[in-house]
Amino acid sequence: MSNEIRMPALSPTMTEGVLSRWLVKKGDAIRSGDVIAEIETDKATMEVEAVEDGVVTQLMIDEGTTSVLVGTVIATFQTDNDDERVPNVEGESDTENINTKSNDEANKPKVNSAPKAPQVVLTQEMNLDGSVKNMTVREALRDAMAEEMRSDDRVFIMGEEVAEYQGAYKVTQGLLDEFGEKRVIDTPITEHGFTGLAVGAAFGNLRPIVEFMTFNFSMQAIDQIINSAAKTLYMSGGQMGCPIVFRGPNGAASRVAAQHSQCFASWYAHCPGLKVVSPWSAADAKGLLKSAIRDPNPVIFLENEVMYGQSFEVPETDEWLVPIGKGKIVKSGSDITITAFSIMVGKALEAAEELGKKGIEAEVIDLRTLRPLDIELIVQSVKKTNRLVSCEEGFPFAGIGAELGMQINEKAFDYLDAPIMRVTGKDVPMPYAANLEALTLPQSDDIVRSALQICYAEEDLKNGN
Amino acid sequence: MPPRPKKTRIKNPSKSGRPPKSIRAFANRKPDKESLLSMHRDMLLIRRFEEKAGQLYGMGKIGGFCHLYIGQEAVVVGLQSVNEDRDSVVTSYRDHGHMLACGMEPVGVMAELTGREVGYSKGKGGSMHMFSREKNFYGGHGIVGAQVPIGAGLGFAHKYKNDGGVAMTYLGDGAANQGQVYETFNMAALWKLPVIFIIENNQYAMGTSTPRSTAGTDLYERGAAYGINGKQVDGMDVLAVREAGVEALDYARSGKGPYILEMKTYRYRGHSMSDPAKYRTREEVDSIRKQHDPIDHLRDLLLREGIDETVLKQQDAEVKKIVSDATEIALDSPEPSSNELFTDVLIEVAE
Repeated sequence: MSNEIRMPALSPTMTEGVLSRWLVKKGDAIRSGDVIAEIETDKATMEVEAVEDGVVTQLMIDEGTTSVLVGTVIATFQTDNDDERVPNVEGESDTENINTKSNDEANKPKVNSAPKAPQVVLTQEMNLDGSVKNMTVREALRDAMAEEMRSDDRVFIMGEEVAEYQGAYKVTQGLLDEFGEKRVIDTPITEHGFTGLAVGAAFGNLRPIVEFMTFNFSMQAIDQIINSAAKTLYMSGGQMGCPIVFRGPNGAASRVAAQHSQCFASWYAHCPGLKVVSPWSAADAKGLLKSAIRDPNPVIFLENEVMYGQSFEVPETDEWLVPIGKGKIVKSGSDITITAFSIMVGKALEAAEELGKKGIEAEVIDLRTLRPLDIELIVQSVKKTNRLVSCEEGFPFAGIGAELGMQINEKAFDYLDAPIMRVTGKDVPMPYAANLEALTLPQSDDIVRSALQICYAEEDLKNGN
Repeated sequence: MPPRPKKTRIKNPSKSGRPPKSIRAFANRKPDKESLLSMHRDMLLIRRFEEKAGQLYGMGKIGGFCHLYIGQEAVVVGLQSVNEDRDSVVTSYRDHGHMLACGMEPVGVMAELTGREVGYSKGKGGSMHMFSREKNFYGGHGIVGAQVPIGAGLGFAHKYKNDGGVAMTYLGDGAANQGQVYETFNMAALWKLPVIFIIENNQYAMGTSTPRSTAGTDLYERGAAYGINGKQVDGMDVLAVREAGVEALDYARSGKGPYILEMKTYRYRGHSMSDPAKYRTREEVDSIRKQHDPIDHLRDLLLREGIDETVLKQQDAEVKKIVSDATEIALDSPEPSSNELFTDVLIEVAE
């Protein structure tokens, strides 16, 4: 009986990869544990091991093939003891290793795999005359750092695995080659220490970029971020600026449970002395990161792992800057305002499309910066639509939505036709199980439901929404 | 095999009835009289300044926390007498002495202590938070141990810019038990950063004595696991401090990496002004004041060197006048304008 080897998922968010090299050929005998292939994802190159003894019968995918979807059959092999196997064996092997998965489910994307980027024509909204090119958020962030490092010798990046490994999420890919180990610095796993060290370097007139492998790990360092980086300018009467960028993925990834899935937007946005940025599109990621690096203040730059691989149009210029503190209307509408940031912008746009089918024209605002918040833009929009739904991935209590609700209450109360709604993550630590995780994360359906509720579109709500 | 830390053990000054060895040895070295006088004056300035600060605190003119440096003067004066202008300095919240030793103006410090607009931080920082870019003094940090990675970062910047500077990073015996200190030792040694970690062991972390808080009380050995050389020094003897400072500065400046100096010292006053002082006896404090006072030690040496006592008295009078003038100006200065409440939160960026 022939067995199949499928393209494995090597990380929770991987949907496809490059089959970079075969280490076996048709007819080779393989033993459990032998490396049979090398697979490259957007984050890393990894080896695929055989999990059973057998003989390779066919290699289905050529070396060097890109974009091989997770679950695709890449090879078949004949096991030594096929005849002796009990009928139930395939089910058992499923639980042992994904490489031998042979059920249909493996061909489908995982529950929480990266959503497709909604088709938004950013160039028009940016009023750009120049040429644009398609690139991923990951590439946009890398280019932003590379360009700023080229133009300012004081800029350097430090963090765990940023140099030789090329970044835990490959955001710093190629930087070591171009700028060398003086400016692209692998740190020990020592967040509190290297954050404090980077703050000291910023006091010493350098311009550090600190990468947290994820913002969850910045909790180890939050004393240095708040007490040293954010407050020292004030405590020194304006003498001691701290030009530093703390960046890395924030929010939920996929199936990594509570300690690795949390949105820290409201934590950092709470503190005077910081700027807090959280872009969605690649163009904003690039333009805002460049602005953050040039900013003389400490900037928290919240990225999203799920977004790294998504592509957007980005202007082809080294001087593409997006100002910190400015939100952006990514879709205009007259009936309801929906605010979102980071990955939630995509979900808000999906919701707006759905609402459009029901005759409700939603205006979607990408907050882009959380501190200082572009409240004027939101107020203007609410004055037009008279309704607001705030979306975020983080916890509801004392979240960004709580702040928006209060500020609109203070600044545009008389314009409201309905209560403000917020769509947030649930008020629980992130569970691991796929179904519970899906229940915890806010989805576009939740936004649609909230919008219908405050548009008093009761019929639509009853009819399945 | 990492280099062994150098041991120059001395007796604990709090227990020894005689001047430590180092003083006796150094007394024969005929140090430059001018620099001796200058150190005497600098220590006196700190002493008189801190006495005045204590007095003002009692009068309600200084609020909040106020940590006095009295007793520890020899440490910062000895080290700052041998470093260079390009070196940077960072310390904890017991920082008034460091600022004065770095050449910051007594009036600016006193005005900050009293929360006035002419203070170094415009009255927004207070006792624990003062800075001077001009004097390369980087604070003044209120979180125990937080200044240690910051000091290593200043050292990182010296190395990155290749400007030959050394980051003098002061911490106390209490901070020596903070985790980030060891994260910093690791990186400083790994990257050979030009940093001197000066552990001012005044033997009490707030009210907890070193033996009660610390497993392994020889703090100069704390870098051994990272291959960082350490030395224990009589921090009540300004000449011993100075000699150790020269050695450590040479080492760090030559690119060999960090160095640890454990300064055995003693603070006469409480941890802060609100210290009930139940954790040590009056006799212990008095015995150190009488037998190991750093200013008396230098004064005796100067007299033996043939300096006329009137010169020393003149110094005292000069220093007292500086302190009283500073106090007068500070107290005459207004509090910061209410317009300053929202300034200096962020540096404005032109759009």
